[in-house]
Amino acid sequence: METGWILPDLSSEVTRGFWDGCAAGELRIQTCGSCGAMRMPPRPMCPACRSVARDWKTVSGEGRIWSFVVAHPPLLPAYAEIAPYPVVTVALAEDPTIRIVGGLVGGPNLTADGVDPATIEIGDPVRVVFAQIEDVTVPRWTGPKWA
Amino acid sequence: MTRSIRDQTAIVGIGQTPLVSKGGLPEDELTLACLAISAAIDDAGVSPAEVDGLALFDMEAKREVEVARNLGLGDITFFAEVGYGGGAACGTVGHAAMAVAAGQCDVAVAWRARKRADKRTRVWSQSPKRLDDPDQWTRPAGLLRPVDEIAMLTRRYMHEYGVTREQLANVPLAFRRHANRNPKAAMYGRELDLETYLSARWISEPLCLYDNCLESDGALAVVVTSAERARDLPRKPVYVHAYAQGLPRQHQTMSSFFCEDPLRGPSHAAARRLWANSDFAPKDISCAQIYDAFSPLIPLSLEGYGFCERGEGAAFTEDGGLEWDRGRLPVNTSGGSLSEAYVHGFNHVLEAVRQLRGESTCQVPNASSCLVTSGECVPTSALVLRS
Ligand SMILES: [Zn+2]
Repeated sequence: METGWILPDLSSEVTRGFWDGCAAGELRIQTCGSCGAMRMPPRPMCPACRSVARDWKTVSGEGRIWSFVVAHPPLLPAYAEIAPYPVVTVALAEDPTIRIVGGLVGGPNLTADGVDPATIEIGDPVRVVFAQIEDVTVPRWTGPKWA
Repeated sequence: MTRSIRDQTAIVGIGQTPLVSKGGLPEDELTLACLAISAAIDDAGVSPAEVDGLALFDMEAKREVEVARNLGLGDITFFAEVGYGGGAACGTVGHAAMAVAAGQCDVAVAWRARKRADKRTRVWSQSPKRLDDPDQWTRPAGLLRPVDEIAMLTRRYMHEYGVTREQLANVPLAFRRHANRNPKAAMYGRELDLETYLSARWISEPLCLYDNCLESDGALAVVVTSAERARDLPRKPVYVHAYAQGLPRQHQTMSSFFCEDPLRGPSHAAARRLWANSDFAPKDISCAQIYDAFSPLIPLSLEGYGFCERGEGAAFTEDGGLEWDRGRLPVNTSGGSLSEAYVHGFNHVLEAVRQLRGESTCQVPNASSCLVTSGECVPTSALVLRS
């Protein structure tokens, strides 16, 4: 069903490992098949060693809020429906220079409504959760503050 | 033999249409482009047939062929397009100057025409529903608009350096004060105070309404020729002293929170080359026209271009630090993107020329050099102009 959300095209061989991971309930970060360096966002070549060999590493899904916003209208209708909503950039526990962006959710149903924006602070611990939109599974984040 | 283009070329003509944010203009982009270029050619005192170089944004709705046919230009021997929207304005002027200096053309025109006053024209609202580009790492998460991406960076900047909203407010308040002296500015006659800023509606926290530029309809153009030819033309030449582009290592456009050092933006890359090719250092600059699609880009750019250390950009704005009559560095003296109009920062080039001709409505006494910058957080460009 068309939701009005903007979603990834899942057909790219370079990026789909990330989205496949989400669908399997895992946060997978692209790594270099040659030197092992992690990189985000995914891309064809490793900037450290110029290898095009690529792999995916499943990480813990733990991290800390690096920064956040609270989005207010004007927004596209599907987004305006849940506004104002928080979005966080999370620095991963395994390597804080690898960062992932996602909605911050809480409460029993893990929704944006379950988060009081006034309680969000940079440095707060969070863990990944997953939500399905149409045929795509996207990462979101929650933490003990918003249980 | 020098490898730089220092003072080999000059801006000898400027032209523009009205710049209108509310209600827009009836003309289409091509008409607006032709009107602005026509005015710039007349201001320069050259004939259309002499124009043999064109430099434009790759986002221009109508390109070289249409513009040349409408204006009756002669044989064109140089044409170049610069990418990345807000990062391109200084780039088009720089490309024009390089082409003239290298002997690829004699009289070059650079311009920008834009129709964005109508809210339905917002690029973010027309995003494809499925993305195969880097936006797929932000849009599905809810970072839909440029303001959301800049807000993410701003929150981190405020956290790392203890920056307050009152300090951010110094930027739109200073530029509004300048716009109130510029009858051609969209916000002419509309004052703004701190209380209004602090109580304004949020767009993307920590950024509010007044941290956002004024999407507008309008076009602006400049004419560039050799320094030698410039001396025979009617207007006081404004020399292209130094020029640089900047695309820093491991850059991620508009989403620098994916970079290793997110607060070191493209300005840092451009600045290194710019000042290396300039006789002036930041401390010698009379005034600056700095790209301001969003207010936090001002402190970030002040740091990037070396007017202060990293983390000191917000403090630099205090006590009227950006204001035309009392500032450490008068910035955006026509009102900038926040209060004159947002035309991808091309109005900043024209205001620099007016300052160096002594014709600004916020004239800095004896202004002899001006820094102009294009977008921060995108591959960018910058100019040092001098009288
Ligand atoms: Zn590698």
